[in-house]
Amino acid sequence: MASAIFRPLTDDNRMQPQWTDGSRTALVAERFIKPNDRLTSFDRLEIYNRVYWFRVLDCLYDDYPGLRAIVGEKRFMELATAYLTKYPSVSFTLRNLGERLEKFLREEPHWLAPHQELALDMARFEWAQVVAFDDAALPAIATDEVLDTPPSKLRIGLQPYLSLLVLNYAVDRFFVAVQKREADVLRDEASNTFETMPHSKRPRGKRMRLPRRQHIHVAVHRYDNSLFYKRLDPEAFAILQSLRRGETVEKACTNAIASSSLKKINWAARIKTWFEDWSSLGWFCQRLK
Amino acid sequence: MPANQFNNFTDYGIGLGLRVPHYRHILRNKPVVDWFEIISENFMVDGGRPLEVLDQILEQYHVVQHGVAMYFGSADRLNREHLKKLKRLVKRTNTPWLSDHLCWGSVDGRYTHDLLPMPYTFAAARATAANIREARDFLEVPICVENVSSYAEFHASEMTEWEFLSEVTELADCGILLDVNNIYVSSRNHNFDPYEYLNNVPHHRVGQIHIAGHSKFEKYILDTHDHPVLDPVWKMYAHAIRLIGKTATLLEWDDRIPSFDEVHHEALKANQFVEKQFETAAA
Repeated sequence: MASAIFRPLTDDNRMQPQWTDGSRTALVAERFIKPNDRLTSFDRLEIYNRVYWFRVLDCLYDDYPGLRAIVGEKRFMELATAYLTKYPSVSFTLRNLGERLEKFLREEPHWLAPHQELALDMARFEWAQVVAFDDAALPAIATDEVLDTPPSKLRIGLQPYLSLLVLNYAVDRFFVAVQKREADVLRDEASNTFETMPHSKRPRGKRMRLPRRQHIHVAVHRYDNSLFYKRLDPEAFAILQSLRRGETVEKACTNAIASSSLKKINWAARIKTWFEDWSSLGWFCQRLK
Repeated sequence: MPANQFNNFTDYGIGLGLRVPHYRHILRNKPVVDWFEIISENFMVDGGRPLEVLDQILEQYHVVQHGVAMYFGSADRLNREHLKKLKRLVKRTNTPWLSDHLCWGSVDGRYTHDLLPMPYTFAAARATAANIREARDFLEVPICVENVSSYAEFHASEMTEWEFLSEVTELADCGILLDVNNIYVSSRNHNFDPYEYLNNVPHHRVGQIHIAGHSKFEKYILDTHDHPVLDPVWKMYAHAIRLIGKTATLLEWDDRIPSFDEVHHEALKANQFVEKQFETAAA
């Protein structure tokens, strides 16, 4: 029964009539499912097959509006089906359904053509939001520890819910535009019914203009339990990356300044401001041993 | 019976499912509600808004946990990581009892995210009861197992669903979350008398009741939880109350969710059947 449920639907959202060994699926179903006076064994098994795919595809549809806007609705549903066929859910929660999507898209980039790089950036950005929403918040690092430890020895942890992304497109701003468009388009949407794939009832807006190439550094995090995206200077990003890798504060700052192309900067003042900001945002925590 | 060992001797009345569209209304207006039921898996997270909301709800209301992914009927062993996360949540909520379904839903580590029916066999009953006992011993809280709605029956079944439910709960010595709507949906899909089901479950084991709406299609009924409770289900609920007594009752409304007041109003209709039972008993 599980094998039947996990098999993708046909193009018209029905259970595949042919089994994996070439025999009729109806014959396979009849072996273990009773028919009744209205439905064949095939019909009864098909209900579960369709419910499974409607549920998981609807979940990915909702979790990746930005990726959908880039590759298009039809292509998105195709790649989502291929992804879930190759990587079915291995978690008790639908929250983790997209956990291996980036891996899948790197393995099979043809799904994203001709916008591979942009689409991959967006998929990473959208997964980072899932992480930011409900990943752990560890206890803040004690002020005494910060003050009593010299920078050459001080190592600071970063919150697990904080994602640091190097992106080649301004997907953060594009995502905001997509959200706004979806909110406008969906405002009067009729409720979903089971008999059709849920997303197919949603009106399709005009295709959006895709963002241009732009190298940016973005932190995806939460503050006061709301999601935020914060653009960072390259040097600030480098410091945070180093801290996450376990480097001391001194080494993180020194390396970031050394690799910067900027000259005549008051780095002490700038770094002080960054650390104050990050501390007030709650990004620092005890390092996990 | 109302308060019993399977609902930890509580006497909760009519409850509502805690749903995201209602968070703001509940936290702002603090409506009078006997209790809320939460879907455990939605709060088995490590941080963020879900837990922030839950903690605020816990300050004001009784909360009971209801799971959808324990899969007592699975041929696989219970997932230990799942149990550990669930226990952390149990300690946070102080839930007086915990429920999940008489079903399976995962195999070889892959999850269907559905509540799949089981063949009603004695071997399946023994294995399911063993899983329930293991969960109860680990979680240290009474467990009620819920009957699911189903769209398929199996050639391998050796008994009716209500006989299977009775067998499992007897072997596990656990409670029953009696879902009256699920009984109705399954009775239409499988051509049995829903009152025979109601009459033949062990009433002393019922710790909680679910009511809900469903959707009718041409050849079957689907348990969609997206409508008000329909008359045949209310009638069954009244019959269940006559048999079991006043019992903690929860209205499930999980899709096309209307305003809080509308859902609350629908749930409170259950009181008329409970009060009628008291009048009859008093007379």
